[in-house]
Amino acid sequence: MNLIDLAHRMALAMHIPDGFLSVPVALAWWVLTIIMIGIAVRQIGDSLNERQIPLMGVMAAFIFAAQMLNFPVLGGTSGHLLGGALAALLLGPWAGILVMSCVVALQALLFQDGGLLALGANIFNMGISTAALGYFVGMPLLRLFGGKRWGLVAAGFVTAWLSVMVAASLTSIELVISGLSAAVVFPAMLFVHMFIGIGEGLITVAALAFVVSTRPDLAVTLAGYLSPEALRRPVDRGSMIGVTGVGLLLAAGAALLSPLASASPDGLERVAEDKGFLDRALGPVFNLLPDYTIPGMDGPISTILAGIIGLLIVFALVYGVSLLLRGRGEGRTMGQQSGSRSGD
Amino acid sequence: MLELTDLCYTYPDGTEALRHIDLRIAEGEKVALVGPNGAGKSTLLLHLNGVLRCRSGAITVAGHPIADETIRQVRAQVGMVFQDPDDQLFSPTVFDDVAFGPLHMGLDEQDVRGRVLRALDQVGMSGFERRMPHHMSLGQRKRVAIATVLSMSPGVLALDEPSAGLDPRARRGLIDLLRSLPQAMVVSTHDMRMVAEVFPRTVVLAQGQVAFDGPSEAILGDGELLERYGLERP
Amino acid sequence: MTLSTSTLDRYIDGQSPIHGLDARVKLLLALAYILAMALLPPGAWTGIAVSAALLWWVVLRSEVGLRTIITRAFVALPFALVAVTLVFTRPGAPILRIPLGPWVLTATDVGLTAFVSIVLKSWLSVQAALLLTATTHFTDVLYALRALHLPNVLVAILSFAYRYLFVMIDEGQRMLRARECRSAELPGRRGGGSIRWRAGVVGQMVGTLFLRSYERSERIYVAMLSRGFSGELRTISPRALSSVEQGLLLVGGATMAGIVLVSYFV
Repeated sequence: MNLIDLAHRMALAMHIPDGFLSVPVALAWWVLTIIMIGIAVRQIGDSLNERQIPLMGVMAAFIFAAQMLNFPVLGGTSGHLLGGALAALLLGPWAGILVMSCVVALQALLFQDGGLLALGANIFNMGISTAALGYFVGMPLLRLFGGKRWGLVAAGFVTAWLSVMVAASLTSIELVISGLSAAVVFPAMLFVHMFIGIGEGLITVAALAFVVSTRPDLAVTLAGYLSPEALRRPVDRGSMIGVTGVGLLLAAGAALLSPLASASPDGLERVAEDKGFLDRALGPVFNLLPDYTIPGMDGPISTILAGIIGLLIVFALVYGVSLLLRGRGEGRTMGQQSGSRSGD
Repeated sequence: MLELTDLCYTYPDGTEALRHIDLRIAEGEKVALVGPNGAGKSTLLLHLNGVLRCRSGAITVAGHPIADETIRQVRAQVGMVFQDPDDQLFSPTVFDDVAFGPLHMGLDEQDVRGRVLRALDQVGMSGFERRMPHHMSLGQRKRVAIATVLSMSPGVLALDEPSAGLDPRARRGLIDLLRSLPQAMVVSTHDMRMVAEVFPRTVVLAQGQVAFDGPSEAILGDGELLERYGLERP
Repeated sequence: MTLSTSTLDRYIDGQSPIHGLDARVKLLLALAYILAMALLPPGAWTGIAVSAALLWWVVLRSEVGLRTIITRAFVALPFALVAVTLVFTRPGAPILRIPLGPWVLTATDVGLTAFVSIVLKSWLSVQAALLLTATTHFTDVLYALRALHLPNVLVAILSFAYRYLFVMIDEGQRMLRARECRSAELPGRRGGGSIRWRAGVVGQMVGTLFLRSYERSERIYVAMLSRGFSGELRTISPRALSSVEQGLLLVGGATMAGIVLVSYFV
């Protein structure tokens, strides 16, 4: 099998084909996507630097090609990049959103990776939410860690991992609202993507570190917030905690739900190759089902409520940790950090 | 047609790239620009259509000095073709690419279409309008790259290493094409056999300065001179 | 021609009337078809059968090969596994009990109907999209998107992305090949390093590719400037749709609407 096919099969796990989303759900996400892209186009237009048009186009091609670079993980599955967090961290949020939206649209139009009616949802899940999260969680984290080297690594990894989890959660939510069984969709999607997210995180961090150490100037000019001044600026407490919290709890809540799946598929394509999987997996899932719904309610609503309660708990934890960390690590800059990096 | 007076350029990092260049190129004159890598050939070419602006000295194109007000006429007058056709051909189809220049000159669509067809005909690529660059050979892409500026009807062509990387047949085709075009040309190259065939005049650039400027025969026949500037005997 | 070119381009050359149809018409009709598939209620077997017959008739006329389209459409099949559970979760009359150790799975008629409908509808939708891709140059799809008033910036980004996709993938593939050439293993030792190390190698390749892409975009920008670009993108305006094309859109849209309506009320 050639590499491109393999990469595409990996990426398929999150591209919803046509037919699986109900029409209202598909259209609702189209509306959301159009609004977000509209805002991004306007934001880019306001700061229009005509240089950005070819830049964003080539960057979309870059993400596309980068998704192809994979590495073997376990049992025939491979790790590869989705790229949303990386795009936002390298290009800033709005350019990141446009670039990723174009990548997802191209995948649907060129390769039928994901449907056309479902494209709104797919762009939102893999293009908009990953890039938005990459920026709005990545930036506060970078500031929180004060631009130290471990800070870049930690922020990059956490952001990239979260972006995958958020994309998988959104995909699951859309499928569940469309009438598919939450008991299967959530655990399967989130469990698989917990591991895919680790690959995403590792690649993102390595790529980010490489760019920052080879061309520190670029990291500053492209995504302005990597500049020493931006990093030195004190973190606006409200926005930092709010935004970081929302991002963290979304994905952490998702992570809370996923261990409920005692079934452990390695990836959806493994599932496809191994059709006997379902027979083995479904039993335990059904057995667990009563444990994670809220008594007296049934169906997807109760699952989602259970998820939200989990998220609130995580939010409290994150809030506490951010308060503890806030006082530390300010004053070091990415500039110094990258200077020391280039020596190794 | 093209007049460079005491042109100097220093890169932002302080490297002196061009030093006191004086050059006059008449209408229809074909000039080869040779010299080792890093001698300033590409930097010089980028000045001809005002992508790089000189720090001191002056350039006039068809009588107009390069300035903010004249920059658009200058770019229509000097057709710049880059070495890598993948940089030059940035549109998904050949038609779009050849039409890019005329459209941005503000011509009307009927005129644009006519110019695209004529330019492709001139480089022998008629019928490739709807083709995509990645479906074409390097030689074909180089030809289309030249068409993308011919459609702007320039008075001068500035080409950066047009024969680099071509196989013998494609290179032969390119040489014939360059001979057939009526425009004045400034062509940077390492290909001395092409110089002998196409260009009556040669300018040798060394360390940012004009080291030789005269008939190509004079330098091509002078082994010592060729040796000194690291050039190959044709 | 490079490896990626043949693998990536799903366009199948041909002279059929479907190939000749304006990309806007094809794009809109494909969307109408997919929308109709999504709207068909579960168990609308007649509606599904008529839609399939209609699509396959067009596929036959396009001369790209029914078999090609149908087999390529299996690409979305793994996703169907997510829907399999419908069979066992939808309340309805039990049709099959599968004992699994201590548990029993009960398949219901309603569940089975829902599952089979979703799989068939999805499969047909993918075929419609495949037919569009197989008979339409992607550059024409880009023209269609512009003519259908997608913002210029987006069309421009998509065009650049499509143009440089192939260039970037070639560069990526050269890197992968270089990695393979150096991935030797000594007898008796396990090569390849840890997952973290492997991810790091890929990350550096990604970083390198990013820098090369960035530098290329700079050169492209200079090439654009050299040909008179000054911030505003200009393109040839699209021609108006002919009355035949408009008629075709109308007939196609009405047919799909009819199939959906009949499926609901009959």
